[in-house]
Amino acid sequence: MTRKKQVILAAHFPGVNNTTVWSDPAAGSQIAFESFRRFAQTAERGKFDFFFLAEGLRLREQRGRIHDLDVVGRPDALTVLGGLAAVTTHLGLTGTVNATFNEPYELARKLASLDHLSGGRAGWNVVTSSDAFTGENFRRGGYLDRADRYTRAAEVLHTARELWDTWPDGEVVADRVSGAFTRTGDPGAFIHSGQHVDIRGHFTVPRTPQGRPLIIQAGDSDPGREFAARDADAIFSRHGTLEAGKAFYADVKGRMAKFGRRPDELKILPASTFVLGATEPEAAEKAHHIRRQQVSPQTAILLLEQLWNKDLSDHDPDGPLPVFDPVLEDDSIIKGRTRLFDDPLATARQWRSLAEEKGLGIRDLIIEVTGRQTFIGTPSTVAATIDEFVQSDAADGFILVPHLVPGGLDEFVDGVVPLLQERGVFRADYTTTTLRGHLGLRHE
Amino acid sequence: MTSQLHLAVALDGAGWHPAAWRDPSASPDALFSPGYWLDLVRIAERGKLDFVTIEDSLGLQSGRLDGLDGRADHVKGRLDALLIAARVAPVTTHIGLVPTVTTTHTEPFHVSTQLATLDHLSTGRAGWRVQVSGRAGEAAHFGRREFPELDLAAYAEPAAQAFIAELFAEAADHIEVVRRLWDSWEDDAEIRDVATGRFIDRDKLHYIDFSGRHFSVKGPSITPRPPQGQPVVTALTHTPLGYGLGADILYVTPKSVEEAAALAAAARPARVFADVVVFLDPDRKARLDELDGGPYTSDAHIHVGDAAGLAALLLSWRDAGIDGFRLRPGVLPADLTAIVDEVLPLLRAEGAFRTGYTSTTLRGHLGLPAARNRYARTEVTA
Repeated sequence: MTRKKQVILAAHFPGVNNTTVWSDPAAGSQIAFESFRRFAQTAERGKFDFFFLAEGLRLREQRGRIHDLDVVGRPDALTVLGGLAAVTTHLGLTGTVNATFNEPYELARKLASLDHLSGGRAGWNVVTSSDAFTGENFRRGGYLDRADRYTRAAEVLHTARELWDTWPDGEVVADRVSGAFTRTGDPGAFIHSGQHVDIRGHFTVPRTPQGRPLIIQAGDSDPGREFAARDADAIFSRHGTLEAGKAFYADVKGRMAKFGRRPDELKILPASTFVLGATEPEAAEKAHHIRRQQVSPQTAILLLEQLWNKDLSDHDPDGPLPVFDPVLEDDSIIKGRTRLFDDPLATARQWRSLAEEKGLGIRDLIIEVTGRQTFIGTPSTVAATIDEFVQSDAADGFILVPHLVPGGLDEFVDGVVPLLQERGVFRADYTTTTLRGHLGLRHE
Repeated sequence: MTSQLHLAVALDGAGWHPAAWRDPSASPDALFSPGYWLDLVRIAERGKLDFVTIEDSLGLQSGRLDGLDGRADHVKGRLDALLIAARVAPVTTHIGLVPTVTTTHTEPFHVSTQLATLDHLSTGRAGWRVQVSGRAGEAAHFGRREFPELDLAAYAEPAAQAFIAELFAEAADHIEVVRRLWDSWEDDAEIRDVATGRFIDRDKLHYIDFSGRHFSVKGPSITPRPPQGQPVVTALTHTPLGYGLGADILYVTPKSVEEAAALAAAARPARVFADVVVFLDPDRKARLDELDGGPYTSDAHIHVGDAAGLAALLLSWRDAGIDGFRLRPGVLPADLTAIVDEVLPLLRAEGAFRTGYTSTTLRGHLGLPAARNRYARTEVTA
């Protein structure tokens, strides 16, 4: 009997999007370490592959003012992961770190240190940004041309790999008798001369337990897919439906051969939300309740403004959509996050017809058209759906984003994980101690 | 009542003696493991010390200023000190954690959020050991600027002095940005007001609008104000240039009680700590010197002798005006353990050091006042 394809599960600590419900009585601190500890330990209790923490480098603004309706504020990702290494033993610890506003030497050093300090559990979600808005917080400013984002990301990543490879295995001998601490006098030599990075010298961190931390990539564009097919170990994708998932999966895995890689060397993990109930109707009702919490009247107007690209604060959240068309200008009303709509006029037409057809006001429409939860159902149906996605190659697993801190993962771990284990598609216990080990990837 | 000393230990590799890793008591193959660091910090916490510092640099260790030294018989390689502190924070309870972070090539924005996060992780025990980097080799790791090779012989020349002054000026700007970012969120900025749908009161978040020669930073921070408001900023300085950094603690390196008195007076208003290298087993020190091919030298005073001698030295320098000491153990963990088990009891017998922690934050241990927020509007009452 062949073993069924195994499901990969990751837990994304909810952050600064309106996915995170802060108004619920059960919502805890977004900054106290206790929240991160509780969340990560729940994931480890559920034998998850890894914990994931996103990053932000400038507070979001809308209409020129700091956005105040969603969770605002977060810690430095790698520093939190360093702390979590102390209170977990097996769980992978991954985070987003920006390749534009960090220098490769420092970044490689921190990630290698985290891999040592966690015993081989570190992972890096490589992102780049090119906006001058974020650049206002950094030495470099907003210098990067948008077209250069992936060349910068690739070069920073390649440089980091070169640095991680500078100390051979066994360089540290610590031999009291011969008096040799290292095999060579000044280990870690490197030279990198490229378009974005021109550095030389010596790296300070010995070869890490995983060799190289896990590399995650999150972009969806064509260059993003190429980057992932060549360089990433996992993709944080957004294709949550079966058909879209299959198409994305086939596309990205199909790009790997030309880079000399096998399809199973890259794991595709859609970001997913879930709502569980004792019955299907209960789950559906809960899902709707959560959607209303996520889309407050004020948030509804703000999200509408992101499509219309215009101040709509004079509109009634329960009233009709604006009578005029979205404003098509390059200068976005919202700063600090990626643009959500490729064709605002077409999207506005769809929204108008949907609102007319169903008789929806602004808030109900926004609830309808934005971010419906990925999995809604009983633990049994959700486990079956996850299994189906994975067995039919729409995904290798999922990065779950609960809507509540810190307890949002509890129901899934208690309800769904045992059913996945019964199906024989998820580990009953950890069989390795490193993140690459959990994912079945070789140590580099 | 005699005044209380403040005590810190400086953790570096296998200890400050370059041959420390060869001592039978050392654990040289564990230097890159988390357990090694946790054990050391726990020994210091058992001694109720104010804090530990963790050495770091953005390049390989070298005995020379003008490049690498090629020696394979000394410890080479380090982990990031701030991440070591983060790894230790959740599993210690009281001791202050003060990693070294360089100002010269790093982003003030990242340094600010990383230290603020360490303060959140440790619920108020974070500090920062500020360090500048003048080494040409470290500048080449970043590829943004070319630095001249440092030459000890030409140290007093105007060009070298101007270069060093510029490093300190950049450090002062860096510290200013980090401090402003810590204050850029008022303590009560998070309101979670369901009626208006607002998570924060954005009037309590502030742009810092710093503009300087090396960087401009807009703000506000992405990280809410740390529990201490302002984590403790510390710096080692061998020149009056360090006095202008606005540090809460300055580490100085007197070699005599007279120098201690003079430096304690000159470095005010900062708290003044004297660095002292500690060898509490003279025979071990002699063996290590022999292994290393010569006597150990240091920028700081080197105590080689027994616990009573060290306690007497600390008390006499205290009487000369020194607020505290950063002890650099020659061999780890041996000299750290000896400090805790042999020296501290003598200081306690004199009423000069705490028998237990009376606060849970580093500012609290040091007796620093609550940090006022520079951006908070003060209530004016009639």
